[in-house]
Amino acid sequence: MSYRRRPSPLHAAWAAAGCAYCVALACAALLLSSPVALGAVVAAIVGAGVAAGLGREMRRAAPLAVTLAIVIALVNALVTRDGLTVVVRLGDLPVLGHTDVTLEATVYGLILGLRAVALIMCGALYTAAVDPDEVLKLFRRVSFRSALTATLATRMVPVLVRDAHRLTDAQRCRPGRPPSRVALMRAATSGVLDRALDVAAALEVRGYGRPGRPPSIRRPWSRHDLAFAASAVAVLVLSVAARVFDLAQFSAYPSLRAPVSAGTIAIALALVACALLPFADRRGVQR
Amino acid sequence: MNGEVLELDRVSYWYPDAPQPALDGVSLSIGAGELVVLAGLSGSGKSTLLRTASGLVPHFHGGKLAGTVAVAGMDTRTRTPAQLAAYVGTLFQDPETQVVMNSVRAELAFPLENRGDSGPAVARGVEEAALALGIGDLLDRPTSELSGGELQRVALAAALAGRPSLIVLDEPTSQLDPVVGDELIALLRRINEDSEATVVISEHRLERCLSIADRVIAMDEGRIVCDAPPREFLAWACAASPALATPGARLLQGLGLSPAAGVKAARAALRANGYDVGDAADRDGRADRRRPAAASRSKPSRDAALRVDRVWHEISRGPTILRGVSLSIGRSERVALMGRNGAGKSTLLRHAAGLMQPTRGRIQRAGRVALLLQNPTDYLVHETVAEEASSAALASVGLAAFGDRHPRDLSGGEKQRLALAIVLDDEANPPAVVCLDEPTRGMDRTHKHELARLLCEIDAAVLVATHDPEFVAEFADRVVLLADGAPIADGPAAEVLSGGTYFATETARILGGAGGALTPDQGIGLLQRAEVPA
Repeated sequence: MSYRRRPSPLHAAWAAAGCAYCVALACAALLLSSPVALGAVVAAIVGAGVAAGLGREMRRAAPLAVTLAIVIALVNALVTRDGLTVVVRLGDLPVLGHTDVTLEATVYGLILGLRAVALIMCGALYTAAVDPDEVLKLFRRVSFRSALTATLATRMVPVLVRDAHRLTDAQRCRPGRPPSRVALMRAATSGVLDRALDVAAALEVRGYGRPGRPPSIRRPWSRHDLAFAASAVAVLVLSVAARVFDLAQFSAYPSLRAPVSAGTIAIALALVACALLPFADRRGVQR
Repeated sequence: MNGEVLELDRVSYWYPDAPQPALDGVSLSIGAGELVVLAGLSGSGKSTLLRTASGLVPHFHGGKLAGTVAVAGMDTRTRTPAQLAAYVGTLFQDPETQVVMNSVRAELAFPLENRGDSGPAVARGVEEAALALGIGDLLDRPTSELSGGELQRVALAAALAGRPSLIVLDEPTSQLDPVVGDELIALLRRINEDSEATVVISEHRLERCLSIADRVIAMDEGRIVCDAPPREFLAWACAASPALATPGARLLQGLGLSPAAGVKAARAALRANGYDVGDAADRDGRADRRRPAAASRSKPSRDAALRVDRVWHEISRGPTILRGVSLSIGRSERVALMGRNGAGKSTLLRHAAGLMQPTRGRIQRAGRVALLLQNPTDYLVHETVAEEASSAALASVGLAAFGDRHPRDLSGGEKQRLALAIVLDDEANPPAVVCLDEPTRGMDRTHKHELARLLCEIDAAVLVATHDPEFVAEFADRVVLLADGAPIADGPAAEVLSGGTYFATETARILGGAGGALTPDQGIGLLQRAEVPA
C-alpha cells in the first residue's frame, strides 16, 4: 500500500492538513472508550477512506486489523483476572495458571481490539492519502534526517518487495533441492544492504546532507486545507470534551458500565459528521 | 579554474582492503563543453573514475586516494559529494535505486531544495528540467508507476535540475531498449550543445555513442591507455584492443580502410573508397524486403522443444501483456526474442518456464525448461562457488577454477556464467530448453562473445530475450520481434536484423541491410564479392 494521488478532497489538501486530520482521528480512537463512540471513530475513518476513493486500500487493511483485534480480545480474556462475571472456567493451564474467562475482560479486550482496528485503519488512510514527499518537506526543517529516513523507508518497501519476488522466482528456477532458509535469508540480507548502499549513494549525489537548513516554502491555504484543518480541530475538541465531561462513559471492571446516553449518541454523530463533512466539497480536487 | 571542469593529477585509488588499485596514476583534464566517452572492459576502472568525479570516491566508498581530483577548481578531498552535487550531476546504471522520492515533481525538486534554493527557484528549476527532458507530462505521476526508460529520464532530469557544469553517467542505457537508449544519447548531445555542460559517459555499446563524442578515453586495469578523438580511438582499438572496436570500425578495417565513428561516417568512407553501399543495399536488399519476415505465427513443428499455442496473459484490472502468442522452437534452435521494454519478452519467458500460467492458451514442453532471469545475483545464495553447482556444471561454463571463491566476489560476466551453471545443473534431467532474460546487461564485448559461444555449445533449444542486436547476430538462428504482446516479425536473424534501424546491427545499418549481412565478417565478405574498389 502506498500513496497515489487521486481526485479527492483529502488528496487535494496540503499534507499538514492531511496529517492533522489523521492524527486527530487517531487521538479520538485513543481518548474514547465507549463502544458507541469508538464505533463512530471506526465508521468515520472507513467513511473517510471510501470518500477519498480508498475503498480498496481500506479493504486490504481490514483483515490485518480484524485479526489483530481478535488476538487482542483473546489474549485479554485469557490473561486478565479482573471482572465479576465468569463465563468459562478453563482450570489450570500451562504458563497461564488458573484461568477463568470473565465477561468484563472479554468485552474490554474487544474494546481494545476495536481501538486497534481504528488505529490500523487510520494508518492505512494516512499512508494512502497523505503525500510522503510533502510530509518530508513539512518536517525536514525540524528534523530533516528523521523525516527523510521515514520517507525513504516507505520508498524502499515496494523496491524490496520486488526484490523478494525476484529472489523467489530465481530459486524456483533452480533444479534439484532448494537452498536452506538460512542461505536464502543471508542472500536476501545481502541484497537489502546492496540496495540500501545504492540508495545512499544516490542521495549523496543529489545533495542530501549538504550543510545548511532548507528554506521554508509558503503556500496559500486552499478550501480543502481549511476544511480538513477545521475538521481535525473539531474531532480533537469533541474527543477531549467527551473525555473531560465523561460524555462517552465506559468502564469494564469490576462490572461492565457503558450507558448509552443522549450525550454519547450526540458525540458519536458529531464525530462522524465532523470527519466526513470536508468531503462534501469536491471543487478543485483534480490536479 | 582555467576552462577545465574536471582535472585528475596522478590519481591512484584503492577500495578498502583491495590489494590492487582501481585507478592507477590517472592524469587527465576535461574542458568545459566536451562530450567524453569512457571506454574499457568490465573492471577497467571506468565506474571508479566517474565516482571519483562525483566525490563518492573516497567520501562514500572509503579506501585510499592518492593524487588530486578537482571539479570546477574544487579539490574533492575537501568537498563532500553533497557539496559537489551543485557542480556535478550523476546518473548511475540502475534507475530504480536512484529515484528516491514518490512523485516525479518531488524528485526533480529534491536536489534544488537540498541546495537551499527558494520556493520559486525550485519551481522554475523543476519546470525547466522537465521541459528539457520531455517529461512534463510525468510531473505528477508516482515514481513507482514509471517504466525503466521513464525512470532513467526522471533520474537524468534530477541530475540536471541544478544545471551542473559536469554530468557523469555510468552506463545509463544498459537497462533500456534500443529506442529509448538512442533517445537518451541524443538527448545528452542536445543538452551538451544547448547548455555547454561537460558530459562524461561510460558505455559498453560504443557504437551507440561514438558518433556524438568529442573525445574517447579508454581504460585498462585502472590506467588510461588511449585518449583521442573517436576516429583515432577506433584506429587504436582495432590495432591494440579489438574488443573495444565497434562493428563498423572492424568492417572498415577488414576492408583495409581507416575506421570511422557512426553509420553515416562509415558509409561515407565506403563510398569514398569505391564501395557503392547504396547499390549493394538495393541489389541484395530488395529481394529480402519483398519477402519480409512477417510470420507473426510460426508453424508448429512436430519436433518442437517448446510450443506456445495462442497464449494470452491478461492482468486482472490491468493491461494485457501477451496477446495470443504462438511460437514453436525446434530442439536445437537458437532463438532471440527482441522488442521494446514492456513488449512482453520477460513474461513470455516466464510462461515458457512455468513461472506463470497463461490466462488463455497452452504451452507444451519437451522437457525441463531452464530459466536464467535478469539478475544473476538472485541465484547466488551460498558461501562458495563450489556449493552453488556441481563441478561438471562449473567446468562447462569455465568456472572450474573458481570453486573456493565467494559467488558475490565474481565479476558480472562470471556471475552470469555461474547462474547459467546453476540452472543447467541437473544431470538426471537435462533441460530441453534454456531461456535467458537480458543476459548481456552491463557486459563488455569480450564477455558477450564468451556467452554467445557458450550458448552455441548448449545441447538444447535456446531462447534469449535481449535488446542487443550485435549479441543476437553472434548466436541466434532466428529472431522473434515482439511488440505490444504479440510477435510482429519471426524469421532468420539475417532477415529480421537487417531490415530496420533500432533492431539492427551496426553492420546491417551501414550496409542498408544488404545481403542480410549482420557481422563485420559477413559485411566484408559481401562487399568484397560485390564490388572492386576503385
